[in-house]
Amino acid sequence: MTNIQPQAPLLTVRNLKIDAGNTCLVKNVSFDIYPKEIFALVGESGSGKSLTSLSIMRLLPEALTVSEGEINFKETKLFNLPETKMNSIRGRKIAMIFQEPQTSLNPVQSIGTQLQEVLGLHQNIKGADLQNKLVQLLEEVGIPDPRARLKWYPHQLSGGQKQRVMIAMALACEPDLLIADEPTTALDVTIQRQILELLDNLRKTRNLGVLLITHDMGVVSEMADRVAVMQYGEILEQTDCKSFFINPQHEYSKKLINSLPDIHNFIQGIDADTILKVNDLKVWFPKKHGILQRTVGHTKAVDGVSFTIKRGKTLAIVGESGSGKTTAGKAILRLNPVHSGSIQFQGDELVGLSHQAFHHYRRDIQVIFQDPFSSMNPRMTIREIIEEGMKSLKVEPDAQAREDKMLMLLSRVGMLPEHLDRYPHEFSGGQRQRIAIARALAVDPKLIICDEPTSALDVSIRGQVLDLLNDLQQEIGITLLFITHDLSIIPHLAHDVAVMKDGKIVEQGRTQQIMENPQHEYTQALLKAVPRLRRA
Amino acid sequence: MISPVVLWSDILIFSLAVSVGLFIFQVRKKPQAKARWRSVFESKIGLTSFIIIVFYVLISLMDSVHFREQLSQFEADGPDQNLAYSSEVKSILDIALKNLNSTTETTYSSPFSLYSFSKENMTNDDGSVYRDFIRLKHGGAHIQGDEERFSDILIKSVQALLIGLLIAAIPVMLHVMMRKKSNHEEDYIPWNVAYGTIITLISLATWVIILSQYYHILGTDKVGQDVLYQSIKSIRTGVLIGTLATLVTLPFAIILGISAGYFKGWIDDTVQFIYTTLSSIPGILLIAASVLLIDVYIETNPEKFNLTILRSDFKFIALCAILGLTSWTTLCRMLRAETLKVSQLDYVQAAHAFGVSHRGVIGKHILPNVTHIILIAVVLDFSAFVLAEAVLSYIGVGVDPNMYSWGNMINAARSELSRDPTVWWSVTSAFILMFTLVLAANLFSDEVRNAFDPRTAKGNE
Repeated sequence: MTNIQPQAPLLTVRNLKIDAGNTCLVKNVSFDIYPKEIFALVGESGSGKSLTSLSIMRLLPEALTVSEGEINFKETKLFNLPETKMNSIRGRKIAMIFQEPQTSLNPVQSIGTQLQEVLGLHQNIKGADLQNKLVQLLEEVGIPDPRARLKWYPHQLSGGQKQRVMIAMALACEPDLLIADEPTTALDVTIQRQILELLDNLRKTRNLGVLLITHDMGVVSEMADRVAVMQYGEILEQTDCKSFFINPQHEYSKKLINSLPDIHNFIQGIDADTILKVNDLKVWFPKKHGILQRTVGHTKAVDGVSFTIKRGKTLAIVGESGSGKTTAGKAILRLNPVHSGSIQFQGDELVGLSHQAFHHYRRDIQVIFQDPFSSMNPRMTIREIIEEGMKSLKVEPDAQAREDKMLMLLSRVGMLPEHLDRYPHEFSGGQRQRIAIARALAVDPKLIICDEPTSALDVSIRGQVLDLLNDLQQEIGITLLFITHDLSIIPHLAHDVAVMKDGKIVEQGRTQQIMENPQHEYTQALLKAVPRLRRA
Repeated sequence: MISPVVLWSDILIFSLAVSVGLFIFQVRKKPQAKARWRSVFESKIGLTSFIIIVFYVLISLMDSVHFREQLSQFEADGPDQNLAYSSEVKSILDIALKNLNSTTETTYSSPFSLYSFSKENMTNDDGSVYRDFIRLKHGGAHIQGDEERFSDILIKSVQALLIGLLIAAIPVMLHVMMRKKSNHEEDYIPWNVAYGTIITLISLATWVIILSQYYHILGTDKVGQDVLYQSIKSIRTGVLIGTLATLVTLPFAIILGISAGYFKGWIDDTVQFIYTTLSSIPGILLIAASVLLIDVYIETNPEKFNLTILRSDFKFIALCAILGLTSWTTLCRMLRAETLKVSQLDYVQAAHAFGVSHRGVIGKHILPNVTHIILIAVVLDFSAFVLAEAVLSYIGVGVDPNMYSWGNMINAARSELSRDPTVWWSVTSAFILMFTLVLAANLFSDEVRNAFDPRTAKGNE
């Protein structure tokens, strides 16, 4: 983490202003990036950080125009170049990696072919030299057995490996500057750690300047040499990383830093009676084969999971993608079929109940989904959305009582009465998640299953939603089953934790005990991978 | 006295018109749908094509009020005799086009011609037989000869267009005044384009009505009937076959497609089996077979069809049903795929968690979120069916030959085009009228797609 830069800057951005028609999206943005440096551009969604990076590559969508400012790469004024010259700069001098490795690779070409294409465009290598170069590239980004992997197709690689291939493609032509647009947001924490380490190594060995765009303050704190905070298209503060975290100048920066929960501050649980007891739960999806659709085997999404939740407390199930945590949650709600095992709610067995008999319990167990944009029907008003469950489960038969209750709930989650007759698309992600909470509360549930309710939200809003859930628990004593991949939010939220991996729970217990003294090696790896703040 | 005749297709077309009216009334209450439809009408092309379609629909509605005129009674029959009605069934449109219907010649004549198209044997005053172009009975009967024709047409056209402009000016002026009074601020509909289209259509209609009193504007056919009259009467057939056949496809496509995508499992397998089987049988084969069956049915039950028009109407409705029955598979496939996608979304899962019944989930969550596909398919299918009718009639399995239709006109042109010199006007006029309708429908469907397809929809989400 060197940060004194005597050389000339690699990239200078001066007074950049980007307009869409008459509205100004980015203005007055200036910064420099030096070789071998990681410069982090931080901001929440819509702050203009991605637009800034796209304008460096001159890849802005057609509706947007750069109306002021200039961008210089070394001595070259990028905005003055003809398109053909610019094309040779893209990839050869400045390369870019994107957030979604799943969609950035062409699924019908092998990764060797795709790498070759990039190399062929900018460098003149052929035959055995080319093969060696490709192998060397994949080796450098840490893909095992690279010679065989060259013939693989994207779907055969994991998400982390795809991102490595993307980085290899970006590095293929030995660029001087790498733009990484949220390179790890779509990845699990352990893989995020590996990719970040890879980037850190590469910039040292290759003398690479890196523009890192992210919203994750933990990543910034671990990676960046210098930081610029963006909000509403403007840079609020720009300084070196150390002093930024010790002494943030701007109010918004302070808010961003403080929005990271302190992971050493645990909430204390007192014993209570058990509300939900899950014993040896198995959710297996049959693999069908042949004309007669015989079941030839099972995909064991959840394979023998047992846990209990205490009344009025929170249990967090932690795991990476594919660990079966969401499937387990949905099985309790009977949105997924249960293969075997038992689920006891207040002593009543739920597994094996008929559709009608289970209907009775739907009132007691509710759910909040991850993506607030897909969890509400875009063609229904907020009123219809909240009312639907109350009508279906006959909670308040009287229309006036329903109305009163909806207004009460809206104000409880911090929304206004007039929001009732609006449509979901008129609200931001955080507001929608509040509405989703109101919808779940409308039927007076005893247990709410929260399926990653904050992972689609910006950091500053994430804190608000978590606080709301905490407050609600204290007020009405509701029980929460919190499914998440984000270990950092657990301490001030959950009383107990269960860590899941490959459909099994590898470790469970009190939050403090697990976070401070993890026994299982997977838990240890997970905890180590979480990006942490260098607190003063 | 007249006796009303109500055909099945008349009932269908009017109930359709009413349900479209109800649909519009419903849409006005839903702000989201209203905004989308408004964006359709805010585009100039969308508005123009809509007005043209409405014009066609109005003509076919006028052509769908049928009645029989009372025959003049013989005095000797006495007053207690049952009233006798003509076997010829007329519609309101026929009254408006009386001139066209009654002025038949003996054979072909070209547009605006004074003489017949081919020479005929005539007898001189002195009894000798000679061959010459015969002077038409009605076409240009009021003028002396060819030398007057051009100036006469010109004068009459200018007069007709002026009258047309006057007539068109009345509704347009009224609307302009109304708009000034109500003073709507957010009104982005390009009214000037609408006025332009309406004025053009009304002037054209007036011109046609006035000039057709003196000439055969589009000539006459083999038996001397006015081609313009035939083409206008064919509008009803075209519009009806488009809408009815589309309507037949909808219940199959919607019910089967959505239940396949929603329930999955054996229901999905069954539905997929049905539509793969159906779509691998040539549609023409099914249609031809069914048309033959219907013919046989009509032959064996003549007492049910005592009027020619009843017979052709029955055949026509059956044809619509067959066309619809063989063409629902594409929409069904699309709806199944979209339902599979939508039913995995969180809001559907949330509805399940609230214990909402299957009917509730389908009605409230699935159906509203696949409507855009249905709407786009409806407008596209419409034009496809209008074209299909022409093809089917051409190969002889289409609508009844007694019924006016563009397909039948094109079918007749098979022999006309091989004549020398060619009789081109019949096929041309069928083509122009059909082309206008199909083009308007296609342009309108493009606009509907732009407004409703989530990938191209502007503004909304």
